[in-house]
Amino acid sequence: MSTEMTSGQRVVMALGHKEPDRVPFFLPASFYPAREMGISIREYFSRPENVVEGQMRFLSRYHHDIISALFYAAIEVEAWGGEIVFYDDGPPNAGAPFIRKPEDILRLEPPRIGDSPCLVKVLRAIEMLKARVGDEVPIVAIAVSPFSAPPMQMGFASYFDLMYERPELFERLMSLNENFCVEWANAQLEAGAATICYFDPVSSPTIVPREIYLKTGFQIARRTISRIKGPTGTHLASGRSLPILDDLAQTGTLIIGTSALEDLAEVKAACRGKLTILGNLNAIEMRRWTPEEAEAAVKDAIAKAGPGGGFILADNHGEIPWQVPEEVLESISQAVQKWGGYPLDWVEGHNGG
Amino acid sequence: MTGYERLSYQLEQALLALDRLVVKQILAESGQAGNIFEFTDRVIVPAMEMMGEGWEQGTIALSQYYMSSRILEETLSALLPSGTSPQRPHQKMAITILNDYHALGKRIVSSALQVNGFRLTDYGRREVDELAEAVKEDGIRVLLVSVLMLPSALLVKQLRRRLDEMACPTKIVVGGAPFRFDGQLWREVGADAMGKTASEAVEIVTELAVESG
Ligand code: B12
Repeated sequence: MSTEMTSGQRVVMALGHKEPDRVPFFLPASFYPAREMGISIREYFSRPENVVEGQMRFLSRYHHDIISALFYAAIEVEAWGGEIVFYDDGPPNAGAPFIRKPEDILRLEPPRIGDSPCLVKVLRAIEMLKARVGDEVPIVAIAVSPFSAPPMQMGFASYFDLMYERPELFERLMSLNENFCVEWANAQLEAGAATICYFDPVSSPTIVPREIYLKTGFQIARRTISRIKGPTGTHLASGRSLPILDDLAQTGTLIIGTSALEDLAEVKAACRGKLTILGNLNAIEMRRWTPEEAEAAVKDAIAKAGPGGGFILADNHGEIPWQVPEEVLESISQAVQKWGGYPLDWVEGHNGG
Repeated sequence: MTGYERLSYQLEQALLALDRLVVKQILAESGQAGNIFEFTDRVIVPAMEMMGEGWEQGTIALSQYYMSSRILEETLSALLPSGTSPQRPHQKMAITILNDYHALGKRIVSSALQVNGFRLTDYGRREVDELAEAVKEDGIRVLLVSVLMLPSALLVKQLRRRLDEMACPTKIVVGGAPFRFDGQLWREVGADAMGKTASEAVEIVTELAVESG
């Protein structure tokens, strides 16, 4: 097939486990465009106009197929009243937890979206982006899962203690978080996002064992995703996925973000026809890739996961680090153009799918 | 299986099952061992190593690793009246989180070291300059640095430079997610060693910090 498709058509076809004109690819740039704009990360996120301009510049430079509407994960915590710490050369982080002791959960109330200036900023950015790209380029918005937000809300160790030892308070926090997550996801869809990335690394077997996942993260995902009024993909933020891929498919999600720590061929075998794979370039190593290494990594990922569609090439975490040189992103982009065209006749057994 | 191997296996299983009672029974047997470190080295260390390896390979989850280290720490401190816990002879050590706000890695590593008879100063979260000053002033010979964010990992380079400028011979041991995702990063930032798990931290420190004899 040689006629150019729009990014939107390309992604939809890949999600349908068919082969579009070429492998779609996604370089999630949350704060990265501030580099090219020559402004600080704090300033970049202070106005939705900056984010829109940054994302549009990024799109026209690298020609990827999806726009990320993520500001930073901790923006949700900001809405709950938590503190944010900005850095000059990396993503903003949640500061001290706002749930200081488990009993605080009893008095907690989720923020209202419309009353949270930080969330309204994100919605404005999505609306403006949508006005610029229409249906040509899908916009993906992020909602941190109810099960994965607590490390930011109360600290990771306290969260494990809660999960294992305080079931009632755990359930209460999950129910508050579920309502917030659904409302936040739906508001972003309404603003113009095409898909919600359900950010759920705590469900990964890297973080909790499958037995616990089935009683917690799995049930929560099923309930939450069924209330989100649009397509959803699940990202484990470079946590492992293989042991729970079948479970994930049953949560109603369409996409799975996979880790560089797992073999993409194995992941492909387990996902074929069920889940679209997003991944899995190692974004930490990427900082020191040569153009040849970038090309080799792209080629290898396409060979393993490209055949039959159901694959979007991306990094393995959902964010390009500040320290990755522009040349590396350019090499990745060029390598996709060079090796990603379907049919992948240079890949052995490419019709075998 | 020797008696110790069997005990070590039982300890690992009890920890994974969060069975505090069995953990307590096993640890109580340490009294029968020739010396406390023989028991630690042959029962506790191998059980923690198996868990660390399991986490590396994806068969054990972080929550199990964390809960195990917590139960071990709690059980040991209940068995041994405060102040009587055995201490290995070793050089002065400290642990810190450099620049970022994620405390869990430090907590697990610090707990694993203490359970194994090491004592260390906890510097909490620090920035490069104040950390270098403290290390120099306190005469710390082995500094364990935990990070979660890539920019924090890269700051180790500055820390190394500061310590060198101050002619401070401290060894830097690093760990945390960025070092697991890029196996070359620790050398690039001038660290002396890197551990992928808390039990690797114990191995490294045993080599670097234990005084001969
Ligand atoms: C779960 C998770 C989340 C959860 C919870 C995070 C949290 N703690 O607050 C959520 C969804 C909230 C999240 C959000 C974000 N995340 Co996140 N997340 C993860 C994940 C999957 C696990 C992180 C974790 O806490 N692990 C637990 C700790 C204890 O593990 P560890 O550091 O590896 O420590 C072990 C060993 O390394 C060792 N160790 C640790 N320290 C030391 C020290 C020494 C001396 C030694 C020897 C050993 C040692 O012992 C520990 C136990 O074995 C990782 C990816 C991964 N697979 O690891 C990404 C990861 C940490 N996230 C990352 C990022 C960037 C973010 C965000 C900034 C994204 C954004 N733009 O908003 C936010 C920040 C959130 C915040 N706190 O403000 C990056 C960080 C690296 C980078 N690119 O800069 C990672 C590594 C993903 C990646 N591959 O790039 N995340």
